[in-house]
Amino acid sequence: MSNIKSAFKNGKAFIPFITCGDPDLETTKELIRQAAANGADLIELGIPFSDPTAEGPVIQAASLRALSGGVTTDKIFDMVAEVRHDVDIPFAFMTYANVVYSYDAERFMARCCETGVGGIILPDLPYEEKGEFADVAKQYGIDLIPLVAPTSDNRVAMIAKDADGFIYIVSSLGVTGVRSEITTDLEKIVSVIRENTDVPCAVGFGISTPEQAAAMAGVSDGAIVGSAIIKLVEKYGKDSPKYVGEYIRTMKDALIALN
Amino acid sequence: MSQSKGRFGVHGGQYVPETLMNAIIELEESYNHYKDDPEFNRELTDLLNNYAGRPSLLYRADKMSRELGGAKIYLKREDLNHTGSHKINNVLGQALLAKKMGKKRLIAETGAGQHGVATATAAALMNMECVIFMGEEDTKRQALNVYRMRLLGAEVIPVTSGTSTLKDAVSEAMREWTTRISDTHYCLGSVMGPHPFPTIVRDFQAVISRESRAQILEAEGRLPDAVLACVGGGSNAIGSFYHFIPDEGVRLIGCEAAGRGIDTFETAATVNTGSIGIFHGMKSYFCQDKYGQIAPVYSISAGLDYPGVGPEHAHLHDIGRAEYVPVTDDEAVEAFEFLSRSEGIIPAIESAHAVAYAMKLAPTMSKDQIMLVTISGRGDKDCAAIARYRGEDIHE
Repeated sequence: MSNIKSAFKNGKAFIPFITCGDPDLETTKELIRQAAANGADLIELGIPFSDPTAEGPVIQAASLRALSGGVTTDKIFDMVAEVRHDVDIPFAFMTYANVVYSYDAERFMARCCETGVGGIILPDLPYEEKGEFADVAKQYGIDLIPLVAPTSDNRVAMIAKDADGFIYIVSSLGVTGVRSEITTDLEKIVSVIRENTDVPCAVGFGISTPEQAAAMAGVSDGAIVGSAIIKLVEKYGKDSPKYVGEYIRTMKDALIALN
Repeated sequence: MSQSKGRFGVHGGQYVPETLMNAIIELEESYNHYKDDPEFNRELTDLLNNYAGRPSLLYRADKMSRELGGAKIYLKREDLNHTGSHKINNVLGQALLAKKMGKKRLIAETGAGQHGVATATAAALMNMECVIFMGEEDTKRQALNVYRMRLLGAEVIPVTSGTSTLKDAVSEAMREWTTRISDTHYCLGSVMGPHPFPTIVRDFQAVISRESRAQILEAEGRLPDAVLACVGGGSNAIGSFYHFIPDEGVRLIGCEAAGRGIDTFETAATVNTGSIGIFHGMKSYFCQDKYGQIAPVYSISAGLDYPGVGPEHAHLHDIGRAEYVPVTDDEAVEAFEFLSRSEGIIPAIESAHAVAYAMKLAPTMSKDQIMLVTISGRGDKDCAAIARYRGEDIHE
């Protein structure tokens, strides 16, 4: 079993997303340290992909910046191994199926295991295709974290029954990116999840304000924030860790108030 | 346990975001219902025959055969279809299916603009809204087609992400579909993407070989020795091959866009230079680096300028049933000019890739051998670009 579930043991979890290598891996390390120091319970580390079909413009641009800077899967594993010396909260990789497949799935899982990455989120690997990586992930104790969407309907129970780590609830139709309001009936989705598993669930896509985070974590076990953080990285570059740290503290405080 | 669908050997599958899963399951169920429905097939046949102008001619190209000095060459004239290419075969099928499914809006990607024009045409005919995604680079290369789509009532959205070409248009259409599913059908233009698209598009394009097989038997009393078609995603090629696949004596040859050559980075010859990967909903061959980052590809042809290939082609390659050969920009341009002069037929630059390989292969064959070459589209759209390639200063 991985350490992913432990991210939810101290109440509502705050889960920030960071694109590795944007603007460079030194900054990524500092972002991870700041996130951990300011209350992040789990960090989603994005391995950039050239053509991220589930991402909106903000994370697309971050992926491109990171790849243009020469980041690779190997360099990201090395960076994680280093930062592991002083950060002990759980990590999960967020990337695309081709990145894992091309690295060789077994080698990828082995390195996750070595570097202490407990989970993998692949937005282009639905339930029907998880067999591609499920066995080898299990063998190395890595959770393949499933996604549930507003359109999942009759599929929620099936996905929940088979889930490991946590369940990533996609808040809205469309791609990642900041939204002014979230209208999906998330309580209904969460109640189906609860009926079928004790694996925790967290909501992502579109969350940027402390109020949204509190509302989303209020109906689930946590809130995931990506684009709003990446915008700070885009704006402040190498100086961004300080600003991201402050932002995460504000978001986490909003969740602590719920406990 | 999970079960993967739509496999061609190891290729294919459904690698899409969860948000789209129920949409593609609904599409598969609807397709399975309608594909054998007599009323649906009657309506589709009526559209193909009385609107698109099918069956298309199988033309005996005597002059070309004589000049090349070898095999007897027949051209399958998909360029004579309404809208000027084979794309209409698939689009009429999918648009009719979407209509039956209660969808009111069609979205599509396009490279050269042929699929976009065909989709805009079907949307106009069937009273549906239409949005076409086209790489910004391609909107410049194919400005006339952008105007045609707008004239037909479609909205054309230039895509500026990534390399601003066909792959980015596909990504953007997929993103748009996740945003608006309930009233929208993604009318994918090639035998690619997640299951059921490779099967649906192949079935709708299989009309090409259903006709050509009967036509050649009628004309010659026997099957051809080789069937040639150009391959980007591979829809006209799979359509041209499909009914010949069980005929083992018939060579099936897909002509890939090699751009400036398969020993350069400026190529789009996926089977010849790519490796297995997972992208745009499918497992297949892709041009990519060792970390799985999709490579920027290049071809003079906007319609073949794609870093992947349909999963059924990948499988036909793996089992050795079809051959995939590279054709460079230079060879395609020469073939474009050759066919224009020798037969008075201006082929699309995409189709010229198949003509180019026919020019190499025909002289190595004997006079009693027969070759079928699919002319997937007409070349009017390419004239200005080819003229510029030859150094003439003309603009549309």
